[in-house]
Amino acid sequence: MDWNTMGIVFALLGAVLATFLAGIGSAVGVGMAGQAAAGVVTEDPSLFGKALVLQLLPGTQGIYGLLIGFITLTQIGILGGDPNISLAKGLLYLAGCLPIAIVGLISAKWQAKTSVASIALLAKKPDQFGKAMILPAMVETYAVLALLVSILSIFSIGGLAI
Amino acid sequence: MSEEYIYAVARVRSREASLLGRTDLERLMSCPDEKECLRVLRDKGWGSGDSANSPEELLAAEEEKTWDFLWELTKDTAPFAPLLLPIDGNNIKAAIKCAATETEPRGIFLPGGQWEPEEVLRMARERDFSRLSPALAQAAEKASQALLQTGDSQLCDVLIDRACLEEILRQGRESGLPVLERYGEWTVATANIQTAARACKAQKNRQFLELALAPCQSLDVNALAEAAQRGMEKLLEYLNTTPYAEGEALLQRSASAFEKWRDDRAMALIQGEKGEYFTAGPLFAYAVARRREIDTVRIILSGKRNGLEDDRLRERLRETYV
Repeated sequence: MDWNTMGIVFALLGAVLATFLAGIGSAVGVGMAGQAAAGVVTEDPSLFGKALVLQLLPGTQGIYGLLIGFITLTQIGILGGDPNISLAKGLLYLAGCLPIAIVGLISAKWQAKTSVASIALLAKKPDQFGKAMILPAMVETYAVLALLVSILSIFSIGGLAI
Repeated sequence: MSEEYIYAVARVRSREASLLGRTDLERLMSCPDEKECLRVLRDKGWGSGDSANSPEELLAAEEEKTWDFLWELTKDTAPFAPLLLPIDGNNIKAAIKCAATETEPRGIFLPGGQWEPEEVLRMARERDFSRLSPALAQAAEKASQALLQTGDSQLCDVLIDRACLEEILRQGRESGLPVLERYGEWTVATANIQTAARACKAQKNRQFLELALAPCQSLDVNALAEAAQRGMEKLLEYLNTTPYAEGEALLQRSASAFEKWRDDRAMALIQGEKGEYFTAGPLFAYAVARRREIDTVRIILSGKRNGLEDDRLRERLRETYV
């Protein structure tokens, strides 16, 4: 096996992991929050709009993963251009994708738990929606930080002479 | 992480907002009579909507609404075992006595148990309790035989009551829910204390105590039976060395003071479920909260009906969940 041709494989693996893991986290998270939202809306349909916002919060990680996946595919030439990249660059792309892949997966699940708790808060005190939304939004910070590191990495790797 | 109850817990959280709080109870207390209390309760949506309902019918309707709601959320009876088993125990005892005396039951069964009263009666008449859980079936068999052989209905009661307590402990341990385990332990330990105190006053023998007391972790039932045998003073002395020392003084004061303490502490045990979102714990907590709420309203209505002074009535009010 010629390792020099494996660069593109690792780079693509990075894009896949970013989309796949962050997507799984969001799917689980939105599902959990959705169950809680359905419970609250069953009792009080007027809370649908507010509950929907809280349900959607754990969904952002999946979007971040998709974004990183898409940028990576563009950078490595899969979506047009030259797909010949060195093994070192391929591994760097993989490493660059991991922050959002791993943090996306974990933060989406934890954000979902906080969303479920916030939906319960909303059920008891509908006027406290603002506060209920801030609590799960705090978890988002860490997904955004991971997204930032992944974006900076992916955009910078192309310019490296390796 | 269990996600099975997320929907159910969210619905329970919505319903918790309509539980009666301290302010609502104060409002009921300030009503001049029972009729006014009933009007306030009906305004809050209590009862079946029929204004001709008697207070007991109104409370029964509320109990029924609670269980209809909970059964809509889950078909699993296990999370509610500590509340359902005493009802089943009562129905099993009643059925065994009816079967033994060959009489028709009249107003002796309680609704809302895990097994329908008619089914329990059929089991007692056929003397086949195999549809009950193994421990209850064994106790029912034994109690039925004891009643037929000795005619001692108290022995029958003791055997079933103890089996129910042991079942509460077992189901609490096996549920994997800390709240059920804590509540079960509390229920059994306080029931043991009450039994020991009553047995002590009635000067029951050691054999009776050994039959009646259900072993639990927080109380040494042998020591409790020994102390109860040696008199009330020794019993209270023993209780002072246990985690139930606080109840000792109340037991001395009156049975109702002890019961209020027991219920209030049980309520404190379920408060932690307000921060739980993924298990059946909040469903159980809601069921306890509703039952306690209905009991409290019953106390207020009865007090108003009998013209009980506010201070004396207030002494009997239980802590609320919200």
